[in-house]
Amino acid sequence: MQDTVLTMRGIYKSFPGVRALQNVDFTLCEGEIHALMGENGAGKSTLIKVLTGVYSKNAGEICIKGINKPHIKSPQEAQKLGISTVYQEITLCPNLTVAENLFIGRTNNLFVNWKKRNSRAECILQGLGIPAKPAQQLSSCSIAVQQMVAIARAVDMDCKVLILDEPTSSLDDQEVAKLFALMRELKSRGVGIVFVTHFLEQVYEVCDKITVLRNGELVGEYQIKDLPRVELVAKMMGKELGDLAEIHNKTQSNTNDSKEVIIETEGLSSTSGIKPFDFTAYKGEVTGFAGLLGSGRSECVRAIFGADKVTNGTLRIKGEHVNITTPIKAMKKGIGYLSEDRKRDGIIGDLSVRENIILALQVMRGFFKPFTKAQAQAFADEYISLLGIKTASADTPISSLSGGNQQKVILARWLLTHPNYLILDEPTRGIDIGTKVEIQKLVLKLASEGMSITFISSEIEEMLRTCSRLIVMRDLYVVGELKDEDMTQDKIMYTIAGGETQNVQKQ
Amino acid sequence: MSRNNNNLNSNRSALVLKELIRHRLFIPIAFLAFLLLINVFINPGFLGVSLGRDSSGNPVLIGNLINILNNAAELVILAIGMTLVTASSRGQDISVGATVAIAGGVIMRVLCGNETQPTELHAPIIVALLLGCLAGMACGAFNGILVSKFNIQPMVATLILFTAGRSIGSMAMGGLKPKAAAEFGYYGNFIPGFPIPTPILITIVVVAVTFLALKITNLSLYTRAVGINDKSSSLNGLNPALIKFLTFVILGLCVGIAGFVQASRVQTVNPYTIVPGIEMDVILAVALGGNSLSGGKFNMTGSIIGAYTIQTLTSMLTTLNVNTNAVPVFKAVIIIMLVVIQSPIVKSFLGNKFTVLKSTVGDGKERG
Repeated sequence: MQDTVLTMRGIYKSFPGVRALQNVDFTLCEGEIHALMGENGAGKSTLIKVLTGVYSKNAGEICIKGINKPHIKSPQEAQKLGISTVYQEITLCPNLTVAENLFIGRTNNLFVNWKKRNSRAECILQGLGIPAKPAQQLSSCSIAVQQMVAIARAVDMDCKVLILDEPTSSLDDQEVAKLFALMRELKSRGVGIVFVTHFLEQVYEVCDKITVLRNGELVGEYQIKDLPRVELVAKMMGKELGDLAEIHNKTQSNTNDSKEVIIETEGLSSTSGIKPFDFTAYKGEVTGFAGLLGSGRSECVRAIFGADKVTNGTLRIKGEHVNITTPIKAMKKGIGYLSEDRKRDGIIGDLSVRENIILALQVMRGFFKPFTKAQAQAFADEYISLLGIKTASADTPISSLSGGNQQKVILARWLLTHPNYLILDEPTRGIDIGTKVEIQKLVLKLASEGMSITFISSEIEEMLRTCSRLIVMRDLYVVGELKDEDMTQDKIMYTIAGGETQNVQKQ
Repeated sequence: MSRNNNNLNSNRSALVLKELIRHRLFIPIAFLAFLLLINVFINPGFLGVSLGRDSSGNPVLIGNLINILNNAAELVILAIGMTLVTASSRGQDISVGATVAIAGGVIMRVLCGNETQPTELHAPIIVALLLGCLAGMACGAFNGILVSKFNIQPMVATLILFTAGRSIGSMAMGGLKPKAAAEFGYYGNFIPGFPIPTPILITIVVVAVTFLALKITNLSLYTRAVGINDKSSSLNGLNPALIKFLTFVILGLCVGIAGFVQASRVQTVNPYTIVPGIEMDVILAVALGGNSLSGGKFNMTGSIIGAYTIQTLTSMLTTLNVNTNAVPVFKAVIIIMLVVIQSPIVKSFLGNKFTVLKSTVGDGKERG
């Protein structure tokens, strides 16, 4: 059996008000690629930060190759112990050469023998099969090669544990293949690799073991062959898998035939990397995009709204072919989009609640037609009372409201534009239960009044409660569409794990 | 009973005081008032304004206050544009002094052609003004494109015209130093028979137009939205690049007007010495007005008060017979004090001292 290189036992870590990790164990062997899986907020990054000394743990112990080290206080200390991390964003210096990046900060010598250094760099790069020259400036390499250089640097520093945090999210398929070849090479040299990703396929391609975390707790450690995809999905989502035999027949009468089509996409794709998808939204219907984090749910709706640049495909609104290149065009065609990341893409922090509410409608109305203060106040008052927004006044800056109330303000902003088609991307994330239920009720009410709504949520129950049809996604592909009695947790998880892609079905 | 009443009264006055101190314009106004007070202390007749006659016998208003209002014209006009640029682009335009030289150069060339001492104007003054404004706006557009399209930091982008602008201004005048006919001087001095200095009138018009524009367009909302969060703004249908560009062009327009006033004061332009160091004064005016130099929300009134504050400070130092070369040092010292007082650290320190008062009054603010 392989030797254990890293053991973490009973790790606890809490932040004010949040228990990020509770009694988490993690074991890594030599020459093993170990996937660390979990949805948003599961504790993956916290665990890695504890391991690399960015955070100090509250309790628990870490053993590295037999040495008992109760505390790793800094990333430098972790590096000395042989723990290296390569992040999604390159943390090297793009303006230096490859060789300089390999050796920078590792010696205290005042004088440098560049010739010797470059030839040594050449050796390392060749040994790992990295297509880069030592004297090349790092920024002239592709992202994948830059990442490989970062890995080479870690390996050359004699690392025993290599942590790859979402290394593949900005790589294309060929680059991913190259990276995997490098990972296998390192594996054969006995390096233990922790691989964090949200791409299921990649996990099953290179990994030996999987550790699943959920809500800061350990779900379990599994051999890859013992854990079929669907069970992995179930474990990540925290749902027990019921009897899959109950799955109903797919043939269903199409109840949507009689309804008016609002949005219709055909082979739509965008610069975000989303694969071409077909999608139809009907009047008075709540549709949902289901899938794991990073599966392309948001990217689909962003393409419809013109938030990402559309590269291919067509979009029809009420049968009329439209070319949406910017959000304002989508807004004028009656589309509203409540974005996923409320803090970053939704609120305008220092502006008042009133200004945040009227913003979208005001922009649609035009630069030279500002609402009077009385009009704006009337809109704000109307929606503050309609949605029960708790704020001292309409003049309060939105940033001083609670998360749920901020979300209601953004919702008010889009309702005020009276869209035909409203996209709600994670409208209930990070807000309290009461507000969640209110928002769900509101969605159903709006749909019954004839609005077409797309509702995206990481919580399956919520989608099941609100949506009448689900588009299921995996790894940037649409892999299925579920409705009526097909809409069960089991069926969704089954589809996420193993459904055929839309493209394959067509061929 | 009477004690109760007393309590109520002191509470109410504490509340009023708190509201007053918390007002965004409190520190700028207080500082301007403080400076004026010092001036009155030094020279009791400081605030006096009298009607005199100039060399050609026309009635003119005379007084320190009039001088300050008059000389602050360029500063105020530029501060208006700079406030918008700061809010939208989260940075400052340091080329305004150099671009004033360009606008001034263009105006002189239009008025004087290739003569050094023309007896009459070569073109109507309105044409010169329009072309000067156009030159300023072209400079603003250049800066704006660098900032909004190429995402260059405003200070770096405007460094180009900061460096080259004064030479360009000289080239615009064909390397000559012409002096325009006396009637061009009306706009930087007095219109014969009208006692108020024309720059004050121009300032009033510019300020009025600014506030009108802020009222009848969405300039304020868009600028703030883009400055606070350009990602959210673009998802709400705004075009952040266009809005940043627009604010730079508006600043360019202000530059054109300022260049016109400045050129008219002595009817000539020396591009290498015109409005020396004004870019820093303008940025300081914006900062003194309580605006964050990292963009977002802005306070136009504050910037205008800030501009007058700086002019008051400058003329106070001149009145005190401080050596012209030493003026910047005194200015710097006073401004450091002011900026430190407005810094978040000091504010929170004073805020803590103030909590006793706050707790007796009670905080009306709720959190949702």
